[in-house]
Amino acid sequence: MKEILCNSAYFGVTVSLIGYGAGIMLKKKFKYAFLNPLLISIIFVIGVVMLCGVDYESYENSAQYLSYLLTPATVCLAVPLYQQMTLLKKNLAAVACGILAGVLASLGSVLLLAFLFGLEHDVYVTLLPKSITTAIGMGVSEELGGLVTITVAVIIVTGVIGNVIGEAVCKLFRIYEPIAKGLALGTSSHAIGTAKALEMGEVEGAMSSLAIAVAGLLTVIGASVFAGFY
Amino acid sequence: MKLLYQFGIIMFVTFLGEFLHCLIPLPIPASIYGLLLMLAGLMTKVIKLEQVKIAADFLIEIMPPMFIPAAVGLIVTWSDLKAILVPVLVITCITTVFVMVVTGRTAQAVMHLKENMAAQKMEKQD
Repeated sequence: MKEILCNSAYFGVTVSLIGYGAGIMLKKKFKYAFLNPLLISIIFVIGVVMLCGVDYESYENSAQYLSYLLTPATVCLAVPLYQQMTLLKKNLAAVACGILAGVLASLGSVLLLAFLFGLEHDVYVTLLPKSITTAIGMGVSEELGGLVTITVAVIIVTGVIGNVIGEAVCKLFRIYEPIAKGLALGTSSHAIGTAKALEMGEVEGAMSSLAIAVAGLLTVIGASVFAGFY
Repeated sequence: MKLLYQFGIIMFVTFLGEFLHCLIPLPIPASIYGLLLMLAGLMTKVIKLEQVKIAADFLIEIMPPMFIPAAVGLIVTWSDLKAILVPVLVITCITTVFVMVVTGRTAQAVMHLKENMAAQKMEKQD
C-alpha cells in the first residue's frame, strides 16, 4: 500500500485537493476566520502524509504539478491589475507611499527584533525577505548569506498568517478602503495574502497583485542595505 | 478550443518570463517578468483582454491550493527550524501584522489627505 502511494503520480495532488475541499466545507459550515481552507489543507496533508508513511519527496513528486501552475497563475495577476488601471493611476501616490512604508516597516521591524532577540547575522538576513514572494525571497536570502530553506519556511508561514488574519487585522485597525486593504495584504504576505485579497474583492485583489511585484523589487534593494546594519 | 488558446497565450508569456529570468542575472523570478510582460501586452493591446480572460480568471481562482506542496515542505525544514523556532515565530507574527497595518494605514492616510485637499480647493472656489 505504502509503495503504491509513494510511486503514485496522482496521490499528492488528490490528497491536497481533498484537504482544500474539506477546508472550504468546514469554513462554509462554521464561518470562523481561523478555519482557513489553506491552513486546514496544509495540516490535513501533513497528517495524511505522515500517517501513510509517505516521505515528502514522494508526495512532492506528484504534488509538484500543483506548484507548477503557480508561475503562470502569478503571470495572470496582471489581468485584474490591468482592469483596475484607471483606479491605480488615480491613486498612484497612495499606492507608492503605502508599499514603500510597508517595505521599510518590514525591514525595520525585523532589524529591531533581531537585535532584541540577539540573533546571529545569518538568521537576521534569513528573515529580512520574509514578506516577499518565495522566488524573490530565496534569491535575496542566498545573496546575503542566509539559510535559504528557513527563508522559504518563514515566507510560507508569513503568507499563511497574513491569509488567516488579514480580514481581522483590517477590521481591527480600521483599514476599510479597498485599495489600502489590498496593498496591506500583498505587501505583508505576498501571493498567499493576495489569494485572500482576491476573495475580498476585485480592487483588493488587483492592488495586492501589484504590491507583490513592487514590494518584492523594493526589498531586493532594501534588504541589501539593511543587511549591513546588524 | 477557446480555453486551450487562452492557456497557450498565458504559457507563452510565462515562457518569455522564464527566458528573461535566465538572461538577466538579477534575483527576480520568471513569474514577475511574466507578470510585467503580460501587463505591458495588455496595455499596448498586443494581447486583448478577451484573449486571456477566462483562463486567467480560472488560474487565479485555483491559486490557493498551489501553495500546499511548498507549505507541506515545512516537515523537511522542521529539524533546522526547531532550534530557532521561538524567536523566528514571534518575529514572523509581529512583523506580519505590523507591515499590514503600516501599509494599509499609510495608503489610506494619503488617499484621505488628497480628498481633503481637493475638498478645500472646492470650498475656496465657492
